[in-house]
Amino acid sequence: MSQVLGIVGLAPRTATTAGERPDWLAHAVLILGVVLFALPVWLAIAGSTQQSGAILRGDLSLLPGSQGLAAYRRVLLNGELGTQPVWHMLMISGGMALVIAIGKIVISLLSAFAVVFFRFPFRRTAFWIIFITLMLPVEVRIIPTYAVMSELHLISTFAGLTVPLIASATATLLFRQIFAAIPDELVEAARIDGAGPLRFLRDILIPVSATNIAALFVILFVFGWNQYLWPLLVATTPQLDTIVIGIVRMIGVESETDWAGVMATAVLALIPPVIVVVLMQRWFVSGLTEGEK
Amino acid sequence: MATLELIGIEKSFGASPVLRGIDLEMPEGEMLVIVGASGCGKSTLLRIVAGLERPSAGRVVLDGRDITTLDPSQRDIAMVFQNYALYPHMTVFDNMAYGLRIRGLPRADIRRRVEQAAELLGLDALLTRKPRMLSGGQRQRVAMGRAIVREPKLFLFDEPLSNLDAKLRVAMRAEIRRLQRRLGVTSLYVTHDQVEAMTLGDRLLVLDQGRAAQLATPMEVFERPADTYVAAFIGSPAMNFLPATLAADGTAATLETGALIPFPDGRRDGTNGRPLTLGIRPEHLALAPDGLQIVVELIEPLGSETVVHGRAALGDTTWDMTGDQTLVVKLAGPVPPTDRLSVWPMPTQIHVFDRATGRRIEPLGTEIVASPLARTAAAG
Repeated sequence: MSQVLGIVGLAPRTATTAGERPDWLAHAVLILGVVLFALPVWLAIAGSTQQSGAILRGDLSLLPGSQGLAAYRRVLLNGELGTQPVWHMLMISGGMALVIAIGKIVISLLSAFAVVFFRFPFRRTAFWIIFITLMLPVEVRIIPTYAVMSELHLISTFAGLTVPLIASATATLLFRQIFAAIPDELVEAARIDGAGPLRFLRDILIPVSATNIAALFVILFVFGWNQYLWPLLVATTPQLDTIVIGIVRMIGVESETDWAGVMATAVLALIPPVIVVVLMQRWFVSGLTEGEK
Repeated sequence: MATLELIGIEKSFGASPVLRGIDLEMPEGEMLVIVGASGCGKSTLLRIVAGLERPSAGRVVLDGRDITTLDPSQRDIAMVFQNYALYPHMTVFDNMAYGLRIRGLPRADIRRRVEQAAELLGLDALLTRKPRMLSGGQRQRVAMGRAIVREPKLFLFDEPLSNLDAKLRVAMRAEIRRLQRRLGVTSLYVTHDQVEAMTLGDRLLVLDQGRAAQLATPMEVFERPADTYVAAFIGSPAMNFLPATLAADGTAATLETGALIPFPDGRRDGTNGRPLTLGIRPEHLALAPDGLQIVVELIEPLGSETVVHGRAALGDTTWDMTGDQTLVVKLAGPVPPTDRLSVWPMPTQIHVFDRATGRRIEPLGTEIVASPLARTAAAG
């Protein structure tokens, strides 16, 4: 969990150990970290307000330029070099990230539920097969996946974009650990209360692991949002271009690139994940501090 | 309220048997405590009654209905767990109401039942709290409330007090007993704590390695333990065991010191020299001149009484310590610091066991009051 907290930038607060090390040192290290992480973002923001030519020449100013938000208006509504307008790409990306995150949670929740709470033949084998796919990231299985999608005539469809990315060994493993930590007596109490498997899942398992689900959702949403290789392969029409693909398409090879527009698009692409992180962070951190056992 | 009957319950996990044939009949409203050292199978037996485990053989009959293969929820039972097993995300009210909601009771009924139980348990003010905001004792009460609202035929308690601190445990023990009497629900209570067992049970079932060592009232178990296991388990400090042999045509036993201890309650079967184990409770040893000589190792004053730990020279009167027997004596009042004591058992308070089998040997001519259970266990 601390890792998750780290990702959303909430370092666990430790008691101040006065006298052990100077405060300024800690602050200096933190400030250095912030600068390192924030500088590229700032460069993008600053660049998006300058004239494209300035960026091309390499004299990118660290101060906001003369163009204001013109580049944003331009890309949001029109797109560049034949890409869809940015709002459209944002929708595609958002839809894809949502479907992937929710799909992954549903699938892995159910498979972990089966693996942990049911006794069936080859249960262990099933788990190990899922587990082993951890070692096969998207890139490794991309050719066979493409072949399968092609057979199913799902190339260049929204389903083709999302479905192959939904199966998740990582999330299954995570849910398995969460479920395994639930005391047997709680499961038995529910059985005596007469809760069937699905009722148990809905009434007890999901509420009890809600904070974990929220944390996982954040990670998976960002994962889905950042997908590049698969959408590049499977989305053959501009109609399905995600924002990440769109940024690359905007950087033309032969023609002059609207760098301010690219920067503006990059900044816009940052916003939805940040919103998700901020909103969900509040939700699951409050769940954590309430001290759910 | 109902009768419970267990018929030849056996259970093995893989090749290792956990329960080896348990028979039991409980009348309506009885509180029966299953007690034994850890690993004796007591929790498994309870779980079989609850339906959380299937027996390898045997039947569970509740109120005349064979429930051996029924799902826990269809058995009309309620269970209180050791760690309470409250749903952490539900309020106290919802925790108690959950089972009733699943059974589809009308809302008004649920509310009435939960409020009644809450009042009975003093939880009225806590109904909107979540379990984590409650103390251990309150959580335990909620767990009991959850059992009570179901209005079951049978209560099952699985070491419900072992997570509480000593003071609270005593209070909750009394409360459980009071509630059970008041509601009159047939109850099975599992514990490893002999004080709980003695104070709570109408009857005790002492389990030893999956066998019923004794099934009797607490006082009977205390006064006439069926074997050395039961004798050692029930009573604190634990009973002293002295090796002896039968003498004087069965009317006395000879200790290894040569001392003769007569049996005022009657002759025991067997020829002179039959190996015996004499069981004498610490409180049944009294100071006496020319008795068993004890080298005192530790004196524990408990206020109204004093527990003396020592070694009795059994093999040799010259205080050669090899092979000596530890002996615990509980004496009324304070005992001044001393190195040696001379004690002697109170004549009617000697328990005679066979040294090989550990079974109790009753005086000849007395009816063996041990339960049929104990006898089958002895035969098997």
